[in-house]
Amino acid sequence: MANWLDRILKTNSKSADEAKERLKLVLIQDRTNLTPGQLEAMKNELLEVISRYVEIDPKAVSIFMDQEGREQRLVADIPLKPAASRRRTR
Amino acid sequence: MAAKVVTVTSGKGGVGKTTTTANLAVALACQGQKVVCIDGDIGLTNLDVVLGLENRIVYDLVDLVEGRCRLRQAMIKDKRIPELYLIPAAQTRDKSAVSPSDMVRLCDEIRPEVDWILIDSPAGIERGFRNSIAPADIVLVVTNPEVSAVRDADRIIGLVEAEEKGPARLIINRVNPVLTKRGDMLDPDDVLELLAVELIGIIPEDESVVVSTNRGQPVAFEGTSKAGVAFRNVARRLQGEQVPFLNLQENNNGFFGRFTRLLKPGRV
Repeated sequence: MANWLDRILKTNSKSADEAKERLKLVLIQDRTNLTPGQLEAMKNELLEVISRYVEIDPKAVSIFMDQEGREQRLVADIPLKPAASRRRTR
Repeated sequence: MAAKVVTVTSGKGGVGKTTTTANLAVALACQGQKVVCIDGDIGLTNLDVVLGLENRIVYDLVDLVEGRCRLRQAMIKDKRIPELYLIPAAQTRDKSAVSPSDMVRLCDEIRPEVDWILIDSPAGIERGFRNSIAPADIVLVVTNPEVSAVRDADRIIGLVEAEEKGPARLIINRVNPVLTKRGDMLDPDDVLELLAVELIGIIPEDESVVVSTNRGQPVAFEGTSKAGVAFRNVARRLQGEQVPFLNLQENNNGFFGRFTRLLKPGRV
């Protein structure tokens, strides 16, 4: 059933849009020489290091690759838990 | 005169590098420029047949580099246009016979005599590619609006930058206006956004390219075929002229466009 729905949705979406989205991701991999798995591992390690010093909410974290011209940039938005709530949790 | 060296490359094979080189050479020569094109694809040469000069080859690039002939002897003159010459690459040679510094030396020898040197690079990122971009002042990257061609173009653009030959300029070849409009082919704007380089040409898919290649007479020679006009526009842009890009959608208003719309209302 889900597959069938997927197929209907996919045939309605334009194949060129799909090509563009797939290319966006593969070009990031090619340019950074990072597989999706490595990128994920890097994110996890980053968060692990940061949370040694400050308390963060893993669900609110956003880390992604962004493109500016032909430059790749790693963008991280890591909201910290307010100090008050940290005190309370201790 | 001090020629500009333009290298045409692509990464992926079969996207139309040789067709592009031949047509730009013809277009530039028809616009009064003196042009030498060099086939950089030793071992898999094709520029000679696309230009229709395959029966006139005596010496080739390797003979020239190894000193078996003089420059003038290796330059085949196209009899159809005043100032168009080809230095062919033989089909049977070992591609390691020529080095990047050989190419730089050869181009430096030709530079004072012509306006443009066009080099048709082989596909891939091996020796032939390095030979072809070593003497380049301008690198043109040819791609098609397809995932594999765009991905390889991105790789090549990165390599061109790394060799300090950038920024590369992009030619999007074989754009099908009907598929693009339907959303089933990457739009030139999408390709540009993904690759983030400067555009120098959009060439529509055009049957007359196939016909003209059969005859060894590149479309840019004459006539009003869409691809021919598009190649001539690229040649003018190379010379510094501001030429607007063709509107590829306008032929949908012609007979076939209207006909297709009747068959598929709302989609085309």
